[in-house]
Amino acid sequence: MNTIGVLWLRQIKRHYRSKARMIGSLAMPLLFLVAFGFGFGSIYAQAGQGNYMQFLVPGMVSMTILFASVMSGIEIIWDRQFGFLKETLVAPVPRLEIMIGRTLGGATVAFAQGFLFLLLSLLFGFNIISWTLFPVALLFMALIALFFAAFGTAIASLLDDMQGFQLIMNFLIMPIFFLSGAIFPLNTAPAAIQWISKINPLTYGVNGIRSCLLGTAQSSILGNLILLSVLTIIILVIGSKLFSKMQI
Amino acid sequence: MKSKDNIIEVTNLNKSYGKLQVLKDVTFTVEKGNIFAFLGPNGAGKSTTIKILTTILSPDSGEILVNGNSPITDSYKVRKDFGIVFQDPSVDEELTAYENLDMHGIFYHVSKKDRLKRIEELMKIVELWDRKNDLVKNFSGGMKRRLEIARGLLHYPKVLFLDEPTVGLDPQTRNHIWDYIKKVNKREGTTIFFTTHYMDEAERYANQIAVIDHGKIIDIGTSKELIKKTKTKTLEEAFIKITGYNIRDEEVSSLDNMRARRKMFHK
Repeated sequence: MNTIGVLWLRQIKRHYRSKARMIGSLAMPLLFLVAFGFGFGSIYAQAGQGNYMQFLVPGMVSMTILFASVMSGIEIIWDRQFGFLKETLVAPVPRLEIMIGRTLGGATVAFAQGFLFLLLSLLFGFNIISWTLFPVALLFMALIALFFAAFGTAIASLLDDMQGFQLIMNFLIMPIFFLSGAIFPLNTAPAAIQWISKINPLTYGVNGIRSCLLGTAQSSILGNLILLSVLTIIILVIGSKLFSKMQI
Repeated sequence: MKSKDNIIEVTNLNKSYGKLQVLKDVTFTVEKGNIFAFLGPNGAGKSTTIKILTTILSPDSGEILVNGNSPITDSYKVRKDFGIVFQDPSVDEELTAYENLDMHGIFYHVSKKDRLKRIEELMKIVELWDRKNDLVKNFSGGMKRRLEIARGLLHYPKVLFLDEPTVGLDPQTRNHIWDYIKKVNKREGTTIFFTTHYMDEAERYANQIAVIDHGKIIDIGTSKELIKKTKTKTLEEAFIKITGYNIRDEEVSSLDNMRARRKMFHK
């Protein structure tokens, strides 16, 4: 085992041992699914858009991954507070390896949560229509997890306490979630909102997962995949740069 | 002054935070195998010196060698050669004691075979072997400190830095911790560099004491020499004679605030 491996395993152990965290990160999207799914479902159907549950589940899968992965990145602040970060930063290992280990670990946890949520949503009447594109949907999920774990790392490297974190959650993560097309379609939204959604990386993830699971708009899948992959690489570079410059 | 027998050599070290100069031309050497105390009141520059020696902070100017390498230009080599016990806990509380040590061994490229042997050996020395599979969050402050000492020694460092290793611990635990440290110093020849503001600790355990105040080294010597020089009866009197009676205020960082809050809300 090397540094990357052991830090990856650490994220997973920590998550697995904290049952509250595991349940908590599934409870919120499930609550959203029930509240929105059954609440807006009939309105959505009346508007002639079809089955809302089918529309909503891919969005909720993205949300589960978004929150879990940002949280894992942000955990760096926690490690700073509890002192463990110092132990890793004075060890004779490159910071890049530390960053990669943590990010992969966080992304793995977030991906597993999203996958678990997808399975649970089948109990709520969700139908996977295109099984051939199912593996591609998983790929989109993995990319979202990686992107936002690195994103969380980047932000955590800039912050030095938990107060700033609340601000980030409210003014960055929530808008990213709402303006990604996760809970409502954006094609009829005002131009400004459509424009924001186009620079929002989560939009491409949500679109990708939705197209793959429902078999709709298949022509856009490859474009979404390439865009999201490029963005993920960029954020990984930014995240590791910021993490390397971090002071203890 | 350069000598093969010195494991730490510091010459004219300077460091400022903004306008506040925390280290002024600090110069000292530590001999191999020594137990060296850095004694000074709060805010004297003890922790800053340790941070610079352990590659966490870069100085404004000055020459430093740790086991022949510079922490500034050769930080990787230096990091392999020292172990450190920080002032605040730095173990992962959600992992077990054993997992913490094993992870440390991996960071320092200790082979699997050596890790198995060394972890058992050290955990027995600090008397934590029977708690090896317990989560660290269930440990007391003293147990955490013992675990950190074991961790700091895991990769056979040439020098062990201890930043106020016994602060906040009861006398029994303090004595035990010093027993472990002395044992390792004797058995493995590990140089011990520790900061403290406990006179008795410096007097009892250190072969050499450097008194630092306002970022300046004021005197270096054995406790007997310091007492003799100041014409006092105890090291405590000598220390107060050297550093004065005034209480020191420390600058508080946002991180310290955060820790204080944590102490309020958690155990």
